Amino acid sequence: MEQVAFFAGAIGALGGAIAVIALRNPFYSVLALVVHLFSLAGLFLLLHAEFVAAAQVVVYAGAVMVLYVFVAAYVGGVEEPLWDAIPGQRILAPLIGAALFIELSIAVLGSGLKSLGDEGEVIPAGFGSPEAVGRLLLERFLIPFEAASLLLLIAAVGAVVLAARRPAPVDRGGAA
Amino acid sequence: MGTTWYLVLSALLFAIGAGGVLVRRSPLVILLCLELMLNSANLALLAFGRNLGNADAQVFAMIVMVVAACEVVVGLGLIVAMYRRRIPLDVDEARELRG
Repeated sequence: MEQVAFFAGAIGALGGAIAVIALRNPFYSVLALVVHLFSLAGLFLLLHAEFVAAAQVVVYAGAVMVLYVFVAAYVGGVEEPLWDAIPGQRILAPLIGAALFIELSIAVLGSGLKSLGDEGEVIPAGFGSPEAVGRLLLERFLIPFEAASLLLLIAAVGAVVLAARRPAPVDRGGAA
Repeated sequence: MGTTWYLVLSALLFAIGAGGVLVRRSPLVILLCLELMLNSANLALLAFGRNLGNADAQVFAMIVMVVAACEVVVGLGLIVAMYRRRIPLDVDEARELRG
């Protein structure tokens, strides 16, 4: 049963990821990413990360993706030119990606760690529940938590400044 | 399921995201590919956390999600600003910082 769930999630995540980079219209890419994020949330559930999976669906697949859909619709379908900016870019880029995958796989499989082959430790009851994660966030990791909230505030202010409609440039050289 | 399965899946997703950043030109799609890479890193973190039976990894994953949200907000703000100023939405065209 667990295998079935894992492979269903893995196929959804991989299909979504490939669709993100293969579809030409950015709007469809965003929708493919939503599929990817939902599948990934299922995998997080399999890893007993219930709270992270819920946050993934609500925050990521919900809020962040609405922002993406809005911007993709606002900007409109931008046609990407078919010519390569760097000669051979379309051939070289997948080769570099494949090399990266092989290198990461060698790093994981070649580590020879025995514990990677099985499920891992026996986890305590309530592992990954909102209670456990909240306790960690507000006790042991309070400073990173506050730093993250500050970062979010800075990003929100920065986005408002960046995207705000500027007044027309004032003509400074003209006669007063 | 062994942890290796999750790690190899995470490596594959990361490679797809990196290839997407290299091959696509629209800044919007490049941001989407960055999301792919951040999420694959999250998957690896949670797999290791499950393997060690340690919930610290889940806090780490939450912080990664916060940083990803910040990156999205600033990146989309930049894209909207580029669109308003009639700068072509193509990373090869917009290679100069000078406005």
